[in-house]
Amino acid sequence: MQSTADAFEDLRKDFPVLNRRVRDNKKLVYFDNAATTQKPNQVIDAISDYYQNYNSNIHRAVHALAEESTEAFENTRDIVAKFLNVEDSREIIFVRGTTEGINLVAYAWGRDNVKEGDIIVTTEYEHHSNIVPWQLLTQEKKAQLKYIDIDDNGELMLDQLDDYLSTGKVKLVTFSHMSNVLGTISPVEEIVSKCKNAGVKVLIDAAQSVPHMKVNLNEIGCDFFVFSGHKMLGPTGVGVLWAKKEVLEKMSPFLGGGDMIREVHKYETTWNDLPYKFEAGTPNIADVIGFAKAIEYLEKIGMDNIRNHELELTKYALEEMKKIPGLTLYGTKEPEKRGGVISFNFNSVHPHDVGTIIDKDGVAIRSGHHCAQVLMEKLNVAATNRASFYIYNTKEEIDVLIAALQNVAKVFKL
Amino acid sequence: MSGDPIYTEMIIEYSRNPSNFGKIADAHIHQHDANPLCGDTIDLYLNIEDNKISEVKFDGHGCAICMACCSVLTEMIKGKNLDDVKKFDKDELLSELGLQHLVKTSPVRIKCALLSLKSLKFGIYSYFVDKMKDSESAGNLNEEAANLY
Repeated sequence: MQSTADAFEDLRKDFPVLNRRVRDNKKLVYFDNAATTQKPNQVIDAISDYYQNYNSNIHRAVHALAEESTEAFENTRDIVAKFLNVEDSREIIFVRGTTEGINLVAYAWGRDNVKEGDIIVTTEYEHHSNIVPWQLLTQEKKAQLKYIDIDDNGELMLDQLDDYLSTGKVKLVTFSHMSNVLGTISPVEEIVSKCKNAGVKVLIDAAQSVPHMKVNLNEIGCDFFVFSGHKMLGPTGVGVLWAKKEVLEKMSPFLGGGDMIREVHKYETTWNDLPYKFEAGTPNIADVIGFAKAIEYLEKIGMDNIRNHELELTKYALEEMKKIPGLTLYGTKEPEKRGGVISFNFNSVHPHDVGTIIDKDGVAIRSGHHCAQVLMEKLNVAATNRASFYIYNTKEEIDVLIAALQNVAKVFKL
Repeated sequence: MSGDPIYTEMIIEYSRNPSNFGKIADAHIHQHDANPLCGDTIDLYLNIEDNKISEVKFDGHGCAICMACCSVLTEMIKGKNLDDVKKFDKDELLSELGLQHLVKTSPVRIKCALLSLKSLKFGIYSYFVDKMKDSESAGNLNEEAANLY
């Protein structure tokens, strides 16, 4: 029987891009998975199959192609629902990505439910997509935006949440399931239970969690849940918003147009049923169909196995990186409390310079503020380097990263 | 690592010891700019006397390329006639540091290199338009700045 590490290494053959060479014929070491993941042949082929064999708009025409495309599209909705343990697939709304999902909630739910003086609570480690929509909403409504700060370990200071909730003014608590910079996994159960006790709605930005761990929406108990397909082997331009049917039914629509209507008259319109009420216009059919293959691929490996594989890599990388003099690691020291995301700085070398120098050795990491400038301010840095892992990464690749980092020291004569 | 096309001795040296680093209180021109892609920020300060750049400083956070280019730019324009500085173009700056190749090889890092020049052009434009009410002298420096990269 194959060892687990070998089984994961075996997956690499499904990802054509991992075979390519970059720069001076260096093997690609792809550690920018928190930004987007690579795609396996199964996903690429499904998209190509759609365009070659049954490209057609969905939900309307009665011809053969339209029936096939509608079935494949709607089949993805069922696959997503099953993947998240959602009983009613009408609660799965397809959007462009996490950003659009959050904006949909801020616009369609927020504008009806948030009033002057109300409070929206977010956290210091949010991506800009979970800050800016709420700034826009609270500014428009003269409501307040409050932050749960993080402690020195990169974890949320939940007593602040208690303080906010005790005001009785909080309408929504919105937070990322896993920080895209620190990798911290938020204490979801605790936050949701506090909010439920206070009768406050909860939105979870799951862009960094769903790709890497088992999620059971039936147990979590939040009200809104959003994530992107492209961070989990799927194509870009596909994301999911989940919300309870009762909440979605009461919400105003987001975009108006085709497919989201029941009847349109000159001066009034009635809305289509869920989920179509929130899916105006021709959706991203090909990529939604491709996304189904990504989920099937992940389920075949098993989400718990994926989590364990990444934990192994993260532990190994943290151990090796600690040995490099002048390297500062951000986030919790306990690997079990974090996902496969490691942010670091190297002496005083700017992350862009680190990124450019190790890129010559074929190592792709992210350098910058990671769309988390509020967190950068907290950490008192302009930017960090970030290495993030996925199913196809190996310990040997981490060794390449470590060697490349030692090269940075040479270039900068440290 | 001799022969590195970007991280030359000169760039590393400037990144460690930038020239003209600091602030000028109540400067005639103060231009702040940021690279939205990476969060780098610079503040450029200039004083003008007799149509000349009498004093120039910059501060901010940036990578080695950004810091080196800010340093060289400020060195090159100090004491120069404002009319000449207005004509200053990116090739002059890049060639001073041997970075002309960035235009082709690294469309991402060229932004780090030219943030300094972009701030300079916007700064002079605003100076003429807002402070001197002289849009003729400002010319189309704002467009030049916007189209640098």
